[in-house]
Amino acid sequence: MAILINEKTRIIVQGFTGRIGTFHAQEMIEYGSNVVGGVTPGKGGQTHLGLPVFNTVQEAVDQVGAEASIVFVPPAFAADSIMEAADAGIQFCVSITDGIPTQDMMTVKNFLRRFPKEKRMMLTGPNCAGTISPGRAMLGIMPGHIYIRGNVGVVGRSGTLGYEAADQMRLLGIGISTSVGIGGDPIPGSSHRDVLEKLEQDPETKVALMIGEIGGPQEVEAGRFAKENMSKPLVAYIAGLTAPEGRRMGHAGAIISSAGESAAEKVALLKELGVTICPTPSLMGQTVAEALAKL
Amino acid sequence: MNIHEYQAKEILAEYGVKIAEGGLAYSVEEAVQRAREIEGGVWVVKAQIHSGARGKAGGIKVCKTHDEVEKAAEELLGKKLVTHQTGPAGKMCSRLYIEAGTQIAKEMYLSFMIDRSSERVIMIGSGQGGMEIEKLAVTNPEAIIKIYIEPAVGLQDFQARTMAFGLGIDAAQLNHAVKTIKGCYRALRDLDANILEINPLVITATNDIMALDAKMVFDENALFRRHKIAELRDNTQVDSREVAAAEAGLSYVGLDGDIGCMINGAGLAMATMDMIKLAGGEPANFLDVGGGASAERTEKAFRLVLADANVKAMLVNIFAGINRCDWIAEGVVQAVRNIDMKIPLVVRLSGTNVEEGRRIIAESGLPIITADTLAEAAEKVVRARNDVVAQNA
Repeated sequence: MAILINEKTRIIVQGFTGRIGTFHAQEMIEYGSNVVGGVTPGKGGQTHLGLPVFNTVQEAVDQVGAEASIVFVPPAFAADSIMEAADAGIQFCVSITDGIPTQDMMTVKNFLRRFPKEKRMMLTGPNCAGTISPGRAMLGIMPGHIYIRGNVGVVGRSGTLGYEAADQMRLLGIGISTSVGIGGDPIPGSSHRDVLEKLEQDPETKVALMIGEIGGPQEVEAGRFAKENMSKPLVAYIAGLTAPEGRRMGHAGAIISSAGESAAEKVALLKELGVTICPTPSLMGQTVAEALAKL
Repeated sequence: MNIHEYQAKEILAEYGVKIAEGGLAYSVEEAVQRAREIEGGVWVVKAQIHSGARGKAGGIKVCKTHDEVEKAAEELLGKKLVTHQTGPAGKMCSRLYIEAGTQIAKEMYLSFMIDRSSERVIMIGSGQGGMEIEKLAVTNPEAIIKIYIEPAVGLQDFQARTMAFGLGIDAAQLNHAVKTIKGCYRALRDLDANILEINPLVITATNDIMALDAKMVFDENALFRRHKIAELRDNTQVDSREVAAAEAGLSYVGLDGDIGCMINGAGLAMATMDMIKLAGGEPANFLDVGGGASAERTEKAFRLVLADANVKAMLVNIFAGINRCDWIAEGVVQAVRNIDMKIPLVVRLSGTNVEEGRRIIAESGLPIITADTLAEAAEKVVRARNDVVAQNA
């Protein structure tokens, strides 16, 4: 099963013919993802990497049955590309682009809410590493070789910290059903909670790992969701113990600006909600292993 | 991005918000000149630094004569002001705003910000202005009014009226209040601000509604389309190391510890700093070197970390995805050679081409300490730091 993507998912690349789009399209194809084409406005009708280029996402949906897309469009135009994907009927969209204005994301989220829930595109990112269902499909920019297939569902705001977690698990022989990067922006397309909801429904996923960080309310919201709605154990790590208040730690969303947003406060609240906390970032794999062993 | 009070007020004035008459001064003479230009018998000399709570720190002085203005300007210009928001280092005051004194009949609070939970702009107000809203939220939460603004249609008149009545504004001033509230919202929306705060918003003795202070924080990601706002950046208010980092395209935050860090990715950087703390050390900085860490970029990052004289040992932690460990290792070796690094360095590499990367470090002949795991790296760098401290003792 896995969630969001598998080997059959028909993928297009928005910003296909650019340097970054080209590089990662090749990587995804090499991994085995079913990339069926791409979109670059004005270059429709051309062939790139042996695949068709379309002017619009709608053409890609109509002609090659595109279901999922990945956005490599520059920040000034990315919101527009995401809304184009939603309008054309794409079901899952990953926005890799970093640096999209927050108000543009408010517009995007508002645009998405116009669609009835069953027809609404799921968006992850912006500023994320993408999603991978190991051994089946990669819709992102991660190093695919560090992920092995298995029963742990992962959701995280950070790219490289997610790689670290996957690598720790790999060294312990633990595999992943799907790993979803939701990105480091203040207004993300999907939250931890949105992804946990999917992981709970996935029969292949036995344990969920949430990799959060300082800033914003979403880790605690996810913890509440887990307590009320999840049968599967949730393990979490919250990065940013040493982060001072009011300073942005790299990610646009990683800033403690109000009560409850520090790592220590989030950890305390999550513990109260029954979430298993990784005591250190080097014990993410070990803590997941213990959760699996208890099943 | 933060701007100064006087800049925020100039912006708000363009959006129909009333402000007191005022002028900017870079010198004592200018400050007195500005006071002479402003009629009346009371002037307020306000230190322009990127921080709130300036009053308590002595950064706002009420003056009744031009001599007092002169004295106040002498006291403030060229000094570092320490507020509870600036940290112990304080912030340099090199600009003053001289404003006409206002007779206040009532103080209120008004702010707009992007609320991450609802993904909307939230308007917050209170008829009890002048104090910190966070404190009021604890002592008297009923006195705070919150109104969420639907992004598709923006702030409506009825919402502005609801806020105005909630602030305790009389019917006679309602239209002016609605104009003020809507002007603030438009300024936030049109200019891609994340936060706009007026504390206090006042009703004057002559029944005017006026912004006595103003704070605006702008979305860095939107500055590409807000050129006029981008020009308001004042780098004297930012840690000089952070300015240098931004120019090199690196993300850096200076901290108080003595273990320097260079990591790729913000989340991994925070986690590595956590690990240092858990191993008994204190990180000197946050530094995300980014995805495409070339040798040149690596060297810039090293120089930045080592520019902090407190740094006694350094940790490099790279998880190579798109990057390759061998490229990183070559960059590190080159940086250590070019800089002639004197303090202990611990390097931990993982991911793509890790064996090749480790081989390059080992064969370099440099005294680089290597580690395989995050925990090992943190323990080794803390131990190296402790050895340096012991040797110097």
